[in-house]
Amino acid sequence: MTRYTSVTDTDLSEMLATIGVGSIEELFADIPAALRLTRPLSLGPGLSEQEVYEELRALAARSTSAEDEVSFLGAGMYDHYVPALIDSIILRSEFLTPYTPYQPEISQGGLQAMFEYQTAISELTGLPVSNASVYEGPSAVAAAGYVAKITNGRKRFVVSRGVHPHSRECVRTLAHAWEMDVVEAPLNAGVTELPELGDDVSAVIVQQPNFLGAVEDLSALAGKAKQAGALTIAACDPLPLALLKTPGECGVDIAVGEGQSLGNRLDFGGPSFGFFAATEALMRRMPGRIAGETKDIDGKRGFVLTLQTREQHIRREKATSNICTAQALNALAGVIYLSWLGRQGIVELVELMLQRTAYARDRLGAIDGVALLHDRPVVREFAITLDAPVDRVIALCREQGINPGYPLAREYPEYPNGLLVAMTERRTRADIDRLADALGAAVAANRQTVRTGA
Amino acid sequence: MADPSYPEDLKYHPEHDWARIDGETATFGVTWYAQDALGEVVFFDAPDVGAEVSKDQPYTEVESVKAVSDVFAPLSGEVTAVNDALADKPETINEDPYGEGWLVKVKLSDPSEVDALMDSAEYQASLEQ
Amino acid sequence: MIAQADDTLTIYERSKAGRRAFVAPELDVPERPLDELLPPETRRAERPRLPEVAEPEIVRHYNRLSKRNFDLDTGFYPLGSCTMKHNPKLHERVAGMAGHARMHPLQDPRYAQGALELMWRLQDALAEVAGLPHVSLQPSAGSQGELAGVLLTRALHEDRGEHRTKVLTPDTAHGTNPATVTMAGYEVVKVGTDARGNVDLDDLRAKATEDVACLMLTNPSTLGLFETGIEEIERIVHGVGATLYYDGANLNAIMGISRPGDMGFDIVHFNLHKSFTQPHGGGGPGAGPVAVSDQIEPYLPRPQVVRRESTTNGKEPFYDLDYDRPKSIGRLRGFQGNYGVFVRSYAYIRSLGAPGLREASETAVLNANYLLALLRRAGVAEYLPVAYDRVCMHEFVLSGEPMRRDLHIKTLDMAKRLLDHGVHPPTVYFPLVVEEALMVEPTETETKETLDHFAEIVADILREAAEDPEIARAAPYTTPVRRLDEAGAARHPVVRQAM
Repeated sequence: MTRYTSVTDTDLSEMLATIGVGSIEELFADIPAALRLTRPLSLGPGLSEQEVYEELRALAARSTSAEDEVSFLGAGMYDHYVPALIDSIILRSEFLTPYTPYQPEISQGGLQAMFEYQTAISELTGLPVSNASVYEGPSAVAAAGYVAKITNGRKRFVVSRGVHPHSRECVRTLAHAWEMDVVEAPLNAGVTELPELGDDVSAVIVQQPNFLGAVEDLSALAGKAKQAGALTIAACDPLPLALLKTPGECGVDIAVGEGQSLGNRLDFGGPSFGFFAATEALMRRMPGRIAGETKDIDGKRGFVLTLQTREQHIRREKATSNICTAQALNALAGVIYLSWLGRQGIVELVELMLQRTAYARDRLGAIDGVALLHDRPVVREFAITLDAPVDRVIALCREQGINPGYPLAREYPEYPNGLLVAMTERRTRADIDRLADALGAAVAANRQTVRTGA
Repeated sequence: MADPSYPEDLKYHPEHDWARIDGETATFGVTWYAQDALGEVVFFDAPDVGAEVSKDQPYTEVESVKAVSDVFAPLSGEVTAVNDALADKPETINEDPYGEGWLVKVKLSDPSEVDALMDSAEYQASLEQ
Repeated sequence: MIAQADDTLTIYERSKAGRRAFVAPELDVPERPLDELLPPETRRAERPRLPEVAEPEIVRHYNRLSKRNFDLDTGFYPLGSCTMKHNPKLHERVAGMAGHARMHPLQDPRYAQGALELMWRLQDALAEVAGLPHVSLQPSAGSQGELAGVLLTRALHEDRGEHRTKVLTPDTAHGTNPATVTMAGYEVVKVGTDARGNVDLDDLRAKATEDVACLMLTNPSTLGLFETGIEEIERIVHGVGATLYYDGANLNAIMGISRPGDMGFDIVHFNLHKSFTQPHGGGGPGAGPVAVSDQIEPYLPRPQVVRRESTTNGKEPFYDLDYDRPKSIGRLRGFQGNYGVFVRSYAYIRSLGAPGLREASETAVLNANYLLALLRRAGVAEYLPVAYDRVCMHEFVLSGEPMRRDLHIKTLDMAKRLLDHGVHPPTVYFPLVVEEALMVEPTETETKETLDHFAEIVADILREAAEDPEIARAAPYTTPVRRLDEAGAARHPVVRQAM
């Protein structure tokens, strides 16, 4: 027995007698001898709870978290403040431990929470139909691409270079399997420049705000796509949607995005959740669980998983997606967070980030040797380029306890000393001032350009 | 519709579809057996008027809560009409599969294909197997 | 809990203008006009209509909602194929440590050594359990692991200049398998099951042509039975140059006893939310790592977590994210996977070690066989016979067809009546090859008394149905809602609050 199992010696003899075998070994008789492991797994002995705790603590101590530094790292996941009530609710056994609501009569809590979540996402995106979550942002973009493919059968995606590099890579990975071709639309002065769209374009995929923080003209982009008969997919940062013109208002067909900023921890990249919302016309092709309102036989209001015929457990090879387990608990954290922020609060939060981002952009842009990568409106993130080796600058900032942002060079070689700086409500003016000072000093100490005027 | 019924004046296809022939045009639908196996119908994905249908090929789908079923064309031709009322009341397919629950009307491209279909007695016999 | 009339009010219906839980901090930077920062044409016309409630109401709302859920911590949950084993409480504590929970995924690897080392050690442990040396933790859940497996297969064949179009799955396969095949751009071909519940080898031989890329298999199968022909299956599939893919959903039966890598599988996916105790969360999160052979390793998603041995004497090895993978299939998701899930699964593996994992599987199989033996007694067996008369592994499938025929209640009715007895029903109507299927997986963390009690409940329901089938047919009675109009919900879907 371990601390999680309960078979005593007495239990064992009674159970074996009932089954009619002499030993547990006999229950494995169907496994050919050649396939039986003849040694224990090389995993070491089991440890006590205390020993495991200490080991995990030692590992945690070897990582520098957002607790240990003032971090301006963003690029898809953000160090927001997660209010205490979220854990107190999502760690309740009744939310934490059940499975997908296949028996709706005893899953009304989870199903109603999904319905409330779907409503919140619909409000944020301005699109009428949301599902109950998908895995996360980048795979949601690819999943939206799949919906476009099965809707219009065309063979090409046009993806903006302003879409998160991970999302672009997911689209390429799946497009290869679908024998579809991916064309990249370049950025010009920080925003997407769409090429002429032929009638072979299945979907145009853009991000809002884009990876360099710029607010795109989604209406214009969606308009061009529509003229070519293509769908528009917009990958959106959810909090800025509290202020920005919604994907729905802009004529976007599918809005997806990374939900981590909504009440979920950083967790080194996951688990979080992806949101997926679309027009009514696409409802029956959407992936993922969808909760719907209905009544029971006594006329009481209730909720069920609906439109299940889209899904793998019924439609199997013709399913709109293979998704089974999604991110229900993380989506629950999301709707609790949105309820906690509230109608007023979300606008105040995002306006605060907007102002601080503007302040940070002004302070950093004013530093000699720092240039803004573009001057488009931004909401909570912006890109700069340094006249100094970015790795060196980051190392010097780090010595001051500051992580100044994400270096762009790997995915955007055209900006070898580019840096993406992100804001959350946790970064105060004092933090921004420290950043400006540290960055300024680091750049000054490492200027590259020889100023000869030549 | 509570009790099985297979009207005499219709022709039947092994994939549980019926056809009512009227000269060069026909009306298609699904049989009592099909709607019973499916359960309460919740959605009928209507094809477009003008679409081509081919004998023995699926031309649309019918969904219940827990299942999806291909609907097969008993004969070939061009869709001239679609039962729009089913968008609002798909359960009509269960209640009146041979009457108000009709799916499409088709202008036949090869009326001789009718010879390959079964009559009511033959179809019912095939269900016994 | 006493039901209240307003229990089904949504958070929106509880809102009142002006209420709030969050107040933004004071603006501490100079305020610039909104129109300057975001010109009016970039802004939305109306605010999102989010709830307006203060903290106490939010807490009370979600607490009351939670009490309308049945859950594993509260009662028996023998949902076949889902492995609803206990979620150790230590795991939330360790997952919550700031050095794990507040790590940004793009932190410089030099400052993320603890996280990367944990991932590397988990990879190592999973490789040992699977018997395949190379692991990617990237896939977000079992389905995404399956997708990875089929895409890895495609990459292998493309690299060899082969073009294959089909993937084989048994007719007992979980729906995610054929759905994955289509998403990965292949055609599904079903392979039949023989009278003993094994893959039909003759059917497999007939269908395993050079056009087949892969056979996706679960072992034990979804019938809870070990594929006794697995060695021959391996020969047939490899004989045509196809890959053999292992769906790890049923790994709970064989940990430390047999390994898919040793059975000849090329690719294995794990469901960390099944055998490795990640809480199910009402439908996720989970994780679906894959383990692969040397042959498949070059195609693994990028980035891979690697350990670079130090070239300098006495220096520690360095854990890193390797992006330099020219033959990689690319990415299936952002960043490096569901790390929070890795923390919990790693803690579990360390808690159990080799002896504990083996004991878990032995006990899972013992518990399933014991419960099956109880249900094969008179009073139950004639109505719910086991689908295949063999020793089962960690789960078993009963057929409710005799119950339907003789007692006039279906598997669905049995499931609904079980709800009134305070247990979660087994999986119903899956796998498809068994009529009126009921798939039961008790897992190793249940006591003998729980199993005894469940068998009694089933017998009671059958006795009750013999007297009056109407009772089960209109069940449940004691749950927060009774049977729901699913047809209505599908015909005219209402998927958000109207405002």
